[in-house]
This record gives sequence, structure tokens and C-alpha cells, in this order.
Amino acid sequence: MAMDLKEIEKFIKEAMPDAIVEIQDLAGDGNHYSATVTSSQFSGKSKIEQHKMVYNSLKGRMGNELHALAIKTKES
Amino acid sequence: MDQQTNDLIKSEIENNDVCLFMKGTPDAPQCGFSMATSNILKVLEVNFKSVNVLENQNLREGIKVFSDWPTIPQLYIKNEFIGGCDIIKEMYENGELVKLLQTKGINFKNKN
Repeated sequence: MAMDLKEIEKFIKEAMPDAIVEIQDLAGDGNHYSATVTSSQFSGKSKIEQHKMVYNSLKGRMGNELHALAIKTKES
Repeated sequence: MDQQTNDLIKSEIENNDVCLFMKGTPDAPQCGFSMATSNILKVLEVNFKSVNVLENQNLREGIKVFSDWPTIPQLYIKNEFIGGCDIIKEMYENGELVKLLQTKGINFKNKN
């Protein structure tokens, strides 16, 4: 199964409206992505918490429909 | 998660200062993210225990519940979940991983 790049961006933005989301389809197969997410909501949180926020925004798709998503989080 | 799996995870991370749950083994990783993470530990010459989740389906699912983290690999140092591949890579690149190893009293070789 695969997930569309726009769909990933939509889920992240729904959870973090102020986020700047840059997504790359690494292999061109709709299955291996990298996302850089910049949001003020990351401030004061550990890297683990920040990445969990991104995973949570995908509502259980990570590890299921979405096989590989490399995440980089930045505070804005 | 069943009790047996929970106990197994606990015993691995309590008995091994550095414990990496991964797909495959350090010599034959089965996933790029697992390979990248174990390679960082190899470069730093950290003595670590690797656990191949592909050999045990209960473990593969259980470790995600245990840490509330949806992906593998997962690195534990001294009984604490440190992160997955992206976090470990970032920590390696910005020097935080080396600092953490020092703080936790883990032997490694710093080539810088």
C-alpha cells in the first residue's frame, strides 16, 4: 500500500496548522518519503515528543499504509 | 502485548546498556533505517546488543506498544528510549549522541 504525498502533508497540517511541511518522495514509489516539519508547536519539546507529534498526526498510518517516512523537525 | 513479550523487552533493555531493536542483524540488516542506525553504533565502536524483530512477530509489534513509537529501529541506552533512525542520525551529526554516551558512561571511540 502507498500514500500520496499531498495526503501526508494534509494530515500533518490538520494537526499542526502553523506547520511548514516539505515532503520528498525519496524513491518515487509513493512509499518512501522524507518530511521536514517546522512548527512553533515543537518548542520546549524533546525530539522524541516532536517526532511523536508528527506520527500522531498521521493517525496510525505510520508503519501501516506508510512504510517509510524519515522525519526532521524544526522549531519555528 | 502479552506478558511474555513485555518481559522479554524489559529484560533486553535492562541487561544491555545499549540495545538496538532492528530489522535483521548488524551484519545483515533488512531495512535501510536499521542499517543506518547500526552503522552509526559500529562507527563509534559502541558495544551493543541487537535484537532482530523479524525473528519474532510478537516482539515486532510489542516494541511499538512498549515505547509508543510506530517504527523500527529503536535504540535504548541504559533502559531509556533514545529514538529511531532519524533522531539517532541527527544526534550523531550534531554531536549529541557522543555527549549522551559520555554522560551515560558508555565506551565508544570518538574519531573526531
